Amino acid sequence: MTRRHSGRWGKWLVAGPPLVYLFVFFAIPALIMVVASFRTPGDFGGLAPLVGADGEIDLNLESYTRFFEDALYAQIFVKSFWYALATTLICLVLAYPLATLIANSERRRRDLLLLLVILPFWSNFLIRIYAWMIILGPNAALARTLNGVLGAFGQEPVSLLFSAFAVLVCLVYVHLPFMVLPLYANLEKHDQALLDAAQDLGANGWQRFWRITFPLSLPGVYAGSALVFIPAFGIFAIPDILGGPDDSLIGNVIKQQFLETRDWPFGSVLSIVLTASALAFAALAAWVGRRGVGRLAAGDA
Amino acid sequence: MAHLEIVDVTRRFGDFLAVDRVTLSIAVGEFFTLLGPSGCGKTTLLRMIAGFDQPDGGRILLDGKDLADLPPEERPVRTVFQSYALFPHMTVQGNVAFPLKMAKTPPAEIPAKVAQMLEGVRLSGFAGRFPHELSGGQRQRVAIARALVTHPTLLLLDEPLAALDAKLREEMQIELINLQRDVGITFVYVTHDQTEALALSHRIAVMNKGRVEQVDEPDRLYSFPRTRFVADFIGTCNLLAGPVTDTTDGVATIAVSNLGPVVVAAGVAPAQGAAGAVALRPEKVRLAAPGTAAAAANRFAGTITGFLYQGDVTMYMVRAAQGHPMEALLANSASGLAKFFEVGDAVEMSWPADAGHYVEDETR
Repeated sequence: MTRRHSGRWGKWLVAGPPLVYLFVFFAIPALIMVVASFRTPGDFGGLAPLVGADGEIDLNLESYTRFFEDALYAQIFVKSFWYALATTLICLVLAYPLATLIANSERRRRDLLLLLVILPFWSNFLIRIYAWMIILGPNAALARTLNGVLGAFGQEPVSLLFSAFAVLVCLVYVHLPFMVLPLYANLEKHDQALLDAAQDLGANGWQRFWRITFPLSLPGVYAGSALVFIPAFGIFAIPDILGGPDDSLIGNVIKQQFLETRDWPFGSVLSIVLTASALAFAALAAWVGRRGVGRLAAGDA
Repeated sequence: MAHLEIVDVTRRFGDFLAVDRVTLSIAVGEFFTLLGPSGCGKTTLLRMIAGFDQPDGGRILLDGKDLADLPPEERPVRTVFQSYALFPHMTVQGNVAFPLKMAKTPPAEIPAKVAQMLEGVRLSGFAGRFPHELSGGQRQRVAIARALVTHPTLLLLDEPLAALDAKLREEMQIELINLQRDVGITFVYVTHDQTEALALSHRIAVMNKGRVEQVDEPDRLYSFPRTRFVADFIGTCNLLAGPVTDTTDGVATIAVSNLGPVVVAAGVAPAQGAAGAVALRPEKVRLAAPGTAAAAANRFAGTITGFLYQGDVTMYMVRAAQGHPMEALLANSASGLAKFFEVGDAVEMSWPADAGHYVEDETR
C-alpha cells in the first residue's frame, strides 16, 4: 500500500465515526422530516399511511398551503426573528467589553474569569430558567422595589414575570456565554503592536477600536452571533416558562404541533421554514459582513 | 541645533533599572543609533520617546518642548516597529492612508499623497495588495512609507531590519541611508547589531545596563572605544587587562598576565597602578614566522591554534607562549597563497604602541 493510500485511509478512519453519527442522527431524521412535511396528518395524530387505501402514494402540499395562507404563522416567525435579533445584539453589546476584559487580564485571572463565564453550564438549563421565575416573581426584591417606585409616582404595579421582558432577559442570560467565548478566543489573539502602531500614527482610543480592534474581531462577532441567533430563534422552553400568553415564539408553535396537536406534517413544515430562514439570515449576514470588511480593507471606510 | 534632547531620563521596573540617567542630544537631520545588547534599555528609551512609556525621572524635549504631557497619538513622532505592525485587514493603500485620515487630511488629497509615498519606497503598483501578500522587504517599506507619509520630523526605528535575511538587510541598509538623506528628517535607530550601527549612523550611543557608555561617530567608536564594554561590543577585540606599571611620555605599560608587559600609547595618562586594559583590534596584530618580525614595541611568541577562513580575510587564533589567547586578522590579498599559516605553526605576534587603545577596566 502506498503512503498516499494509507494517508487517505487514516483520514477516513478519523473522520468516519462523526460522519456516520451525523448521517444517522442528523441527515436521516432531517430527510424524514422533509418527507413528513408532504404527508397527511393521521386521524389520531402522527402521520396517515404513506400509501393510502386507494393504493396511491399520498404526498401533498397541504401543510405548506396552510402555512402560507394563515398570516398568524408569518407573524410569529417575524416576532421570533426580532426576539432572536434583539437577543443577539444585547449579547454582543454585553459580551464585547467582558471578552475584552478577559482577553486583557493576566493569565491566572483570565482562567478564573473564563471559568465563571461557563459556570452556569454546570447546572441544568431548566433549573436556571425556573430560577428566573423566583428572581422576577412578584414577591422578589426586584419586583417589589420597582413597583414601590412606580407606586410612588402613582403608577399601576407591573408584573415582571410572564412578560416579553422576562423572556428577553432570560434569552440574553442563557446565550451570553456563547457570545463571550468566541469573542474572547478572537480578541485574545490580537497583537498589541497593531494598537501601538495605530496610536503612534495618530489614532485615539475610539479610532483604535473602530478601525483596528473591531474589524479584526469580526470573525468572532460572526461566530458568536450565529451561536446566539440560531438557538434563540427556535427556542421554546423560555417563552413556555417565563412568557405570557402573547409571548409564544415559533419554537412553541412547533412543539405544540408535535406534542399537543400532533399534526406532524405541519410541525415539519414549520421546522423546515425555521431552519431555512435561519440559514438564509446567516448567509445574508455573512455576505453583508464580507462586503463591510472589504470596504474597510480597501481603506474606504 | 538640538532636535531631540533626552535629559537625565530614568526608568525603573520594580528593582530593575532599565534606563539609568541617560542624557543625549540629537541634532536635526541626524541618523542617531542606540546600540546595545538586549536588555540594555535601548527599546525602553525609544518607547519613552514615542510616548508608550513614561520616564520615572528626567525630561524628553523635542524642539525644546517637553513631551511629558503628550500621549503617543499627539506626538509629532513616528515609529517603525520591529514586527512592522501593518494592519492585516487593510491594503497597502489603506495602511499608508491611515495616518493621513487620523490627521484629518481632506479625503481628496489622500490618494495623491499615498501614491507619491509609495513611489518613494518603490512600491507603486502594490497599493491593492494586503500585507500577507508582500515579502518581508516590501512590508518593511510599507511600514516606512506609512510612518513618513505625514512628514514627521522624527522617525524612530526599532530593529527594523532584524526580521530580514542577510542579503536583504544589506540592501535595506543602503535604502535607509538614501531615504534618510532624501527626506532629511531625524532618525533614531535602535539595534543590537554593531555592523548595522556602524554602517548606517552619523553617531552611535552604546548602551549597557541602562546607561550610555559612549556617544561617538562610528569610526571613532571603533578606533577609540572609551570603555572595555564598548571595545568588546563593537567589533572583535583582544582585551589585554592588567595593572598599569609605568607611564612615561604618554606611553603606558600594562602587565598582562599570561602574556607579558604590553606597551600602549595612552591618550589620557592612566594613573600608575590603575587597573586598565589594552583594546587591540585583530587586524592590528601582525603575524610573522619566528625571527622575521620587524621591530615593534610589542613582540610575543605564540602558536597557531586555529583559524577561520572568510575569503577576503582569515582570522587566526593564537596562543601566546605564556597561554594568553589572541586573535589576529590577516588580509588574504597580501599573499598569493590562500592562507599564511597552519594550525601548530610557531609565529611571532607584533604591534606598535599606537596600535592598541587604552580603556578603563571598570566592571560595573
